[in-house]
Amino acid sequence: MSTFPQKHLLGTEKLSERELLTILDLGDRFTEIASRPIKKVPTLRGKTVVNLFLEASTRTRTSFEIAAKRLSADAINISGAASSTVKGETLLDTAHNIDAMSPDVVVVRHSQAGAADLLSRRIRAAVVNAGDGAHEHPTQALLDCSTIRAHKGKIAGLTVAICGDITHSRVARSNIFALVTLGAQVRVAGPRTLLPPGLAELGVAVHDRLEPALEGADVVMMLRIQKERFGTPLFPNTREYSRYFGLSEERLALAHPDAIVMHPGPMNRGVEIAPAVADGPRAVILEQVARGVAIRMAVLYLLAGGESGVE
Amino acid sequence: MDICLRGGRVIDPGRNFDSEADVLLQDGRVARIDKGIAAGLPATTKVLDVRGLWVAPGFIDLHTHLREPGQEYKEDIASGTRSAAAGGFTAVCAMPNTVPPNDCRAVTDLIVSRARAVGLTRVYPIGAVSKGQKGEELAEIGEMKDAGIVAISDDGRPVMNAELLRRAMEYARTFGLPLIQHCEDLMLSQGGSMNEGLVSTRAGIRAQPSTAESSMVARDIEICALTGARYHVAHVSTAASVALVREAKRRGLPVTCEVTPHHLTLTDEACAAYDTHAKCNPPLRAPGDQEALREGLRDGTIDAIATDHAPHSPIEKDVEFEQAAFGMIGLETALPLSLELVRAGVLSPSALVAVLSTRPAALLGLPGGSLAPGQIADVTVFDPEAPWTVEPARLQSRSKNTPFGGRQMSGRTALTIVAGRIVFAEEQRFA
Repeated sequence: MSTFPQKHLLGTEKLSERELLTILDLGDRFTEIASRPIKKVPTLRGKTVVNLFLEASTRTRTSFEIAAKRLSADAINISGAASSTVKGETLLDTAHNIDAMSPDVVVVRHSQAGAADLLSRRIRAAVVNAGDGAHEHPTQALLDCSTIRAHKGKIAGLTVAICGDITHSRVARSNIFALVTLGAQVRVAGPRTLLPPGLAELGVAVHDRLEPALEGADVVMMLRIQKERFGTPLFPNTREYSRYFGLSEERLALAHPDAIVMHPGPMNRGVEIAPAVADGPRAVILEQVARGVAIRMAVLYLLAGGESGVE
Repeated sequence: MDICLRGGRVIDPGRNFDSEADVLLQDGRVARIDKGIAAGLPATTKVLDVRGLWVAPGFIDLHTHLREPGQEYKEDIASGTRSAAAGGFTAVCAMPNTVPPNDCRAVTDLIVSRARAVGLTRVYPIGAVSKGQKGEELAEIGEMKDAGIVAISDDGRPVMNAELLRRAMEYARTFGLPLIQHCEDLMLSQGGSMNEGLVSTRAGIRAQPSTAESSMVARDIEICALTGARYHVAHVSTAASVALVREAKRRGLPVTCEVTPHHLTLTDEACAAYDTHAKCNPPLRAPGDQEALREGLRDGTIDAIATDHAPHSPIEKDVEFEQAAFGMIGLETALPLSLELVRAGVLSPSALVAVLSTRPAALLGLPGGSLAPGQIADVTVFDPEAPWTVEPARLQSRSKNTPFGGRQMSGRTALTIVAGRIVFAEEQRFA
């Protein structure tokens, strides 16, 4: 296997096209393992992966745990309160204590931007960012790219519409960085209260209504409204939000006839996405989850440096 | 002992003086400035060779956090004034957000007496606007004035309530005190940890728009016009604020403002990698703001450079960016950073001394800021070129929270003299 030049995976912003493709290619190969009767390879036997989840998460934590176990690594889960101060111990103290036990990889989820970055500068283990505030969630973007590629055969040249709460979304940021690097035409759309400044400078087209963003799109990515991160109300109510910014069947008809619909979950059904769309034939939402395991296996493999077992 | 500074370039903006001369300090006062006076002095006068150095009236920092009482683990009056002296400051104005805050005579008395006991630089306390800096009721401003405060401010917090601000300005005017405002509309800033813009969007950090500052500057200028009180904008940081102050001055209003060395030399890009030492409030702004600040300094809209020296320990800084405290230390890096502006053509040497000494003294009616005979013998002597590298561990402040660690600087304090007494001398030069 080719070696991966990065020690940590903190985000997609600084990854090259080649590095992104390395992870995606390996993810494709690991996808096959999930279809085997025995879904386990000895690749990371003897390696230790700590899942340090200091912000609530079910699917991402489970996904990383399954990924580690399928690679035969020892996976340890630590879940904590929302912030380190609530626990009375600083993030760095927690991390140093874990690091003293010599894990190979620390997967960190934290409510504040830059937390994974901070750890990576201060501990010996490889750090995987599993979501830091509104900053990045690189494995989510990678599994999204993996899903898109599986359906469309490529990413370069596709039109991808990312819709909804861009301001509070680490998924949006990681996807924007990755998709732009991989050559997609990215459009973002949402009410202006949920569009942070400077988006256009990231190389995306910015729309304040969904319709122009959906027009002819190959991929429609809906984002969860993250009301828990709002300081003040950013739209009147979910009824009005759904009316103007929700993905209904009628709106989806604006997209390319073969467009796929994605959502990183958890969904607010009836708010940003109509149930008929979420459960409809274009939705690939559960496939995203399935591919998440393979992508995380690829990331753990590349950072922990094991034998691949999928020759 | 009397001191004669021999052969330096003496810069005294108040008298338009900029020439090589000797400076004689006697009995804590400036006695004479002239060429060749060092030769005929009695042996009791200490003659110091300062050729090649610049001699200026002592620098006065309008904006210092000394943290005493209450947060001595960050800084205290001794360590803070040692840091000030090393940075060339002969006087600092101490902001009132101590624990408890300086909102009554007892606290003011404590600061004044501690500073006197330490005996390094002068310390001028600034009193709180409101009790507990809570923005609800006026603090005992009259009594604090009697105890020695030179201005009022709720610094660290803005006075959000416009009615309270109006009454505070009227009351401050009654006692001849300026009101210094930390301009930040808290409803607009929403606790944002950095400037809102491309950098914050990339980094995913909750951010505050520059309008949070300028909208309050605009409101306050109107209240200044209503009350006629002297109003000073602390650490102005945005292009729009500079334009508002410029317009207010054109209207003839008693409005002044200061800028920090860090807002003049860094932008929000310094926060991109989550360096908590670059987290300050007001936050580091966009390049266009920095350009406007430099222009404001050049054209005199901005009256003074003030450090906003804000010491914090690793407890507050070695944490997640959004959780970290706002502020950075600045007393020992202010001079070389300001000299960068001289080299960039923003300030003339005389204007540099004016914004660090003459104007701050005039704004608060303080002694000093001048080398006129009879003035107090507060003098700063510095080498405008001396190269050095910032090593935080070697700074005098108890706290080491500076984003300038490792930065190559040019320019360094050689001597700091307060009331004719040397409180700092560069070791290599004056062993």
